[in-house]
Amino acid sequence: MNSAAFVVIAILTLAASLAAASLPKLIHAALSFAVAFIGIAAFFFLLGAEFVGLVQVFVYVGAVAVLIVFTILLTRRDVQDTGKLNWGGAIIAIAVFGGLLWAILKTSALSIAAPQIEALTVKRIGGVLMTDYVWPLQCVGLLLTAALIGALILVMEDRNEG
Amino acid sequence: MSSSLDQIFIRIKQLLLAPLAGAPDWVMQIASALINIFALLGVFLTLFAIISVLERKILGRMQNRYGPNRVGPFGLFQPVADGIKMLIKEDIVPARADKVVHFLAPILIAATAILALGVIPYGRNMTPFAIDGGILFFFAVGSTTELAVFMAGWGSNNKFSMLGAMRAIAQMISYELPLIITTFPVVMVVGALSPDAIVAAQNGDSFGVLPHWFVTTPWGAAAFILFFVSGLVESNRTPFDVPEGESEIVAGHMTEYSGFKYATFFMAEYIGMFAISGLAVTLFLGGWHAPIRGLEFIPSYVWFFVKLSILLFIYIWARGTLPRTRIDQIMNFAWKFMLPMAFTCIIAAAVWHYAGRGVAGWFWSLAVLGVVYIALSILLDTRKRFATRTYRFAE
Repeated sequence: MNSAAFVVIAILTLAASLAAASLPKLIHAALSFAVAFIGIAAFFFLLGAEFVGLVQVFVYVGAVAVLIVFTILLTRRDVQDTGKLNWGGAIIAIAVFGGLLWAILKTSALSIAAPQIEALTVKRIGGVLMTDYVWPLQCVGLLLTAALIGALILVMEDRNEG
Repeated sequence: MSSSLDQIFIRIKQLLLAPLAGAPDWVMQIASALINIFALLGVFLTLFAIISVLERKILGRMQNRYGPNRVGPFGLFQPVADGIKMLIKEDIVPARADKVVHFLAPILIAATAILALGVIPYGRNMTPFAIDGGILFFFAVGSTTELAVFMAGWGSNNKFSMLGAMRAIAQMISYELPLIITTFPVVMVVGALSPDAIVAAQNGDSFGVLPHWFVTTPWGAAAFILFFVSGLVESNRTPFDVPEGESEIVAGHMTEYSGFKYATFFMAEYIGMFAISGLAVTLFLGGWHAPIRGLEFIPSYVWFFVKLSILLFIYIWARGTLPRTRIDQIMNFAWKFMLPMAFTCIIAAAVWHYAGRGVAGWFWSLAVLGVVYIALSILLDTRKRFATRTYRFAE
């Protein structure tokens, strides 16, 4: 059951990623990208990492995909791509993929059986975030707040000039 | 007697699953899931039909007219007539539209709305999809609605559609923040993200009359009001219906949809409204618990749907009473008032918890909320002043 689900999800995710890389219309590519995100979230669900899967959908589909779509919409006049394949990009992508594949196949951890870990509950993640990882959490919070304020300042300056 | 009536749907499900007794585990899982899905769709599509005619009836009553009264007794078969009309209408797709995106948008929007219904506990042991992070699932699924709205607006290749979609997404993103943050105090106090645990934590009562629902605490009441208003915005209902303000931008992102696709959008909007109200009932109004112990002989799902109906009535009431707000008013309200108040609810809940969850905690959290509310009203300059009325544009 699990391996069948894995194959189905893998095909869906790969197809969506390929579509995102190759579709001529940018908006179509962005929407396929969102489907690929959902596929990755499904992998997390399959692995029992419910919380990470939900956050994946929440952050990537709900926020990042909307952000990408709006960026395309507000910055480009022509949302239609020229249709030419970017060979340099393709070669770099294939090289990175080959490198990763080589590294994964060479690693010795591949033959070690996965240890039995207890199910990761949301409560435990919350506890660990609030005790062991409280400083990284606060730093990220500060960084995001700074980004938000920075965006606001950019918009405000724009209004004063106009 | 009462307990057997309470669990009657669980029994029916067990009876339906009984013939599959020897089957492998995954067959049982799929069969169980299918039964849940059909039950959910059956109940909520029926509720959609009932609410659509009741809304027109209630609005008619509020506006001193009859409302639909031609089809069947008191116009009760109006949804059937509407459904047939929608089904046989021509489905028009604009020539310059992006066909695939235009086609997928209503499907996605309806699917996300229905998925969100799955995690709500409708009665004792009656959660269709009980997962540990149920609340998170609800909002994760809900956040994909924005993408669907964008697809509808962009795929139609129409200025009105795109403008409507932009408005809808802007206000949905803005109000998703207070909506999610007002659930934090409940999650913090209960210590779990699962709706079942949240309902279980609201069991019991004080002095036999005051139920332990979170809405009876000051932070809970404030969070409930904020949540309800945000829910109004999220489901694009009056007074926050600018995305589809008929007199301004035709029907917003739904302008280029006709026939059954339009009906799908309409249905998704109502289902979204049911889901948000159902979550409000779960989080703040005690879920399926009876208000006092003496009334527990009435089955739990009846209580859930009674509470849901009251909230839905308030939605309709607001639509019949309030004028439409401007988009800048909506945005200002979200960022300057709703968000600070939502954060204050978290602090008030913490104060309530550390003051012992009793009468002292009640007063301290009320004090926190009151101070912030008054400070905000001074800062935003919204206090009522009594002065001679002046006219800026008319004399």
